[in-house]
Amino acid sequence: MDRTIGTLIKIAVPIVIGVVVILILNSITSASCLNDFEGCLVDGGMDTDLAGLIAISLGVVLVATFPLLVTILLIWIERKFAARIQDRIGPNRVGPIGLVQPLADVVKLLGKEDITPAGADKWLYNASPVMMVMSVLLIWAVMPLTPYHYGIDLEIGILYFIAVASIGTLAVIMAGWSSNNKYALLGAFRVVAQLISYEVPLALALLVPVMLAGSMSMVGIVEAQAGMWFLFSAPIAAFLFFISSQAETGRAPFDLLEAESELVAGYNIEYSGMKFAMFFAGEFMHVFTNGVLMAVIFTGGWYGPFAREAPLLAFTYLMLKSGFWYLLSLLMRNALPRVRIDQLMTFNWKFLVPLSIANLLMTAFLLKLVQEGGLAPSPEEASDFIANIPQTVVLFLGNVALAAFVMTLIRNQGREERLAEDAGEPSDLTVTPAPAGD
Amino acid sequence: MTFGDLTYEAFAFGFFTILTLGGALGVVANRNLVRGAVWLIVSLFGVAGYFVLLSAPFLAAVQVLVYIGAIGILFTFAVMLTRSMTNLNERYNQQWWIAAVTSIALFGMLVLLVILPVFGEQETAVSDVVATTADLGVALVSGDAYVLPFEVASLLLTAAMIGAIVIAREEE
Repeated sequence: MDRTIGTLIKIAVPIVIGVVVILILNSITSASCLNDFEGCLVDGGMDTDLAGLIAISLGVVLVATFPLLVTILLIWIERKFAARIQDRIGPNRVGPIGLVQPLADVVKLLGKEDITPAGADKWLYNASPVMMVMSVLLIWAVMPLTPYHYGIDLEIGILYFIAVASIGTLAVIMAGWSSNNKYALLGAFRVVAQLISYEVPLALALLVPVMLAGSMSMVGIVEAQAGMWFLFSAPIAAFLFFISSQAETGRAPFDLLEAESELVAGYNIEYSGMKFAMFFAGEFMHVFTNGVLMAVIFTGGWYGPFAREAPLLAFTYLMLKSGFWYLLSLLMRNALPRVRIDQLMTFNWKFLVPLSIANLLMTAFLLKLVQEGGLAPSPEEASDFIANIPQTVVLFLGNVALAAFVMTLIRNQGREERLAEDAGEPSDLTVTPAPAGD
Repeated sequence: MTFGDLTYEAFAFGFFTILTLGGALGVVANRNLVRGAVWLIVSLFGVAGYFVLLSAPFLAAVQVLVYIGAIGILFTFAVMLTRSMTNLNERYNQQWWIAAVTSIALFGMLVLLVILPVFGEQETAVSDVVATTADLGVALVSGDAYVLPFEVASLLLTAAMIGAIVIAREEE
């Protein structure tokens, strides 16, 4: 009993301190120029055009630096998390509870020799790590961090996200080819198959929140969740997006592109020092960015009590929600074994893609039905929780029905396979090794 | 137009022009096919920049998604699989004069069509209304706009996809 109280105090004290710090910081920032930097410069007597340029440039630097800085902390969280699952302690030597370990790693990586293989295509070889990081950083441009702070409110935000994410695929291919190494090239080939395949359910799953919000803008999607999170009206879409975005990052259980046991290390085998680290920084950032995207698209982004009055509180809500999804994907990474390439493809094309199409059609049909039936909330009460309940219940039941149907199909197929296996027939899941020379 | 008229848009236009033309030059001047494909991607990226300057963000995103994300990767992938093609030594093949005549004729026609209207009667702009992505979506599926071409194109693409699957399928 004493222990429970002790744990509760341990949890409660940081929360209380955190809230106090946020409130103090918020009262400082709302009084200063942070919320309207451009207007502040113009008030100070600066040329309007120049003020705009400076404000935009500073915004770009801020938005691009934030995820890079978070990554340093994420490396520590990831290593600690993996260590706990594997019954180890993890980094604990540098700084308090090993917190400064990533900084030490960065210094070490910067000091390492920077090798370019003799047969490599120098330009592409050096450009690939930059493009890898760039493709993830570009996503942050449309991310609504608070009600008032975001890079840009593009009306095609979702499409923009899918477009810039595809640059990452290109970076991996270029890295694999320019290294002039067979294993690197093999890794790159796997990337094409995997990343392009999983873009299909990803895009189809994203169409559902776009439909619910009636907008492709990220800001618009967050605003549309004022009354109800899309997680409740589109759980299957959230599930599909979560799975396929995990596959897009190329981590376990989908880490075939850098399968250590088969490909030595995959596409980044020839890279050393900081260039190698940039691929990993890109990957860590991508995982966290996916968490933020899950928070923004499905769990209401910055919405929470008093979010509009206190932008920093809104930002904290966003980070807490993202943190939840981030830890979930870390759990997935550490708990599940790597899948085989044929299982990967079967899972995508025979399960995720049909499910995402069925889910899209069902949601479109039900949404129209709800709107025609007058159950949908009117535009005035769209941010009211109660008014959103009928529509959400209908959509949620639709999702449950679809999930039950799919589960039954899978169960029946599994049963047939087990029966066939008992009868001595080889099932689809066991692969006989190819004879030598084939 | 004096130097004082130069806006940030003009600088951006210049930047994207350098990307587009420089990339295109890289495609034809490079002997390494993979590098050529990468230059092509640079060039197409410049075109996406033009769409942004023309207030057509949807087209810009689709340009990046389709031409860089799909076609660029497909090119790179196909070229990589043909390793003997990546290091060509001959600069010309036997059909070089056909290519030269075609490109010069095409270039002449395009230049004429771009330059002539500048000297002729000044026409007013077609429309100064900036259409939103929603307008574009409605136009694609509305009965009195582009629904027929849209559906025919999707049918064609579906047929092409099924055809590709049939060809690639192993005999059973």
